[in-house]
Amino acid sequence: MQNRPEKLINDGVRLDGRGPDEIRPIKIEAGVLNRADGSCYIEWGGNKVLAAVYGPREAHPRHLQDSRKAIIKYRYNMASFSVEDRKRPGPDRRSVEISKVSREALAPVLMLEYFPRSSIDIFVEILQADAGTRTTGITAASVALADAGIPMKNLVSAISVGKADGEVILDLIREEDNYGEADMPVAMITETGDITLLQMDGNLTGEEFIKALNFAKKGCESVYKLQRRSLIEKYEKSCSD
Amino acid sequence: MSENILSEVRRDYIYRLIKNGDRIGGRKADEYRDVSVETGIIARAEGSARVKIGNTDVLAGIKAQIGEPFPDTPDKGVIITNAELVPLASPSFEAGPPNENGVELARVVDKGIRGSHAIELEKLCLEEGGKVWIIFIDIHILDHDGNLIDASALASMAALTNTKLPYVRYEVGEEDEALLIKDTPLATTCAEIGGEIVFDPCLDEEDASNIELTVTTNANGDISGIQKRGAGKIPFGDISQIVDSSRRLAGELRKKL
Repeated sequence: MQNRPEKLINDGVRLDGRGPDEIRPIKIEAGVLNRADGSCYIEWGGNKVLAAVYGPREAHPRHLQDSRKAIIKYRYNMASFSVEDRKRPGPDRRSVEISKVSREALAPVLMLEYFPRSSIDIFVEILQADAGTRTTGITAASVALADAGIPMKNLVSAISVGKADGEVILDLIREEDNYGEADMPVAMITETGDITLLQMDGNLTGEEFIKALNFAKKGCESVYKLQRRSLIEKYEKSCSD
Repeated sequence: MSENILSEVRRDYIYRLIKNGDRIGGRKADEYRDVSVETGIIARAEGSARVKIGNTDVLAGIKAQIGEPFPDTPDKGVIITNAELVPLASPSFEAGPPNENGVELARVVDKGIRGSHAIELEKLCLEEGGKVWIIFIDIHILDHDGNLIDASALASMAALTNTKLPYVRYEVGEEDEALLIKDTPLATTCAEIGGEIVFDPCLDEEDASNIELTVTTNANGDISGIQKRGAGKIPFGDISQIVDSSRRLAGELRKKL
């Protein structure tokens, strides 16, 4: 484990040179896997995340089937080599919780009632982690769902906000997440402003919370543009082929 | 999810009631059911509390033991929070390892306590890199009538507040010492039903809702944890008002400690 840097923010400049409300470089690519019905690869700062969607397909085991709508399965999985100290493979309490809240973050945009008794399966693999993996995962999963052609009301975009060295900051890196005072992942339907995921660890005053929420909104707007562009690019490419 | 034993009719009834500004039991939107807190009821535990919110009944027990710290925090004690949704509490609970709801419940309570720094982990260190206190917060749900998180957070704080560390039993001191508690983070949960926000949802109300927001606030009003649950969405503009109400209601719950 590396030691805590003396200062996380120096005169408003963060360890990687960003200002408080700037996001890291993000690269989104839709349709990167062959077998999956939809897929997406994101490089977001030091995060490398792959999402795949299968379905709608018959839900198994059958007792999980809902006669009125499709069910969603979401599996967030960290590769053992994605973090500094090897992560033991398989689900732990953290990933069980993340899978649950991520599934609930995407549910509001999916038109599940079109596919009774079926299942929409979303698999998110964190290949390399650098803080904000659950929000990167949701952002990727949302693009992969669209890529799979699943009827959606909108895209969901996600980003984390937090606080380090007493300042509210957007899109935390690992050092800020480990040694900062708060971490707050947010997912929203950017076009309507509705929030579909909101969690907070750490400590914020009421004022800081509102500032963080507004930073998150701004961040999601940038992420949303990149998500849309990735989908348009994929179809432009397939048309010109 | 599959706990919906509540019929469509019942759900419609609750929905219509709330739409008309009314609620089961005649409660106001931001009114809690009767809350009772009883501490020190399990003699073998280092601390314990039983909390009832209406018909919801939760028991929290604290056990402490001496162990090794985590390698990355050699000078800090350890808190481990666990929740058991034991099958006697609801027909929908099953024996076995905690499912995602149990895991989420324990983690939300745990993060609230950590975020507020209610327990100074440095003070739990007996010998740097060698011996520290490990505090286990174990939550048993006994009867489920909704709003398990608020009851669990309140029971955990009440139990911690009356915890004595067993120095004598572990032969590390002459006398048992009370665990130092610096803050009292408490969770308040609201559910959205038909566009209305109601606090302290009972089980029927939880079943009629698809979104809940839990906000944990400290004695000074700071926020030390938030968790949105359920497959719904919350309008951006509603959040700050919910946080304000949460802070006020947590202040009222705090008087029960």
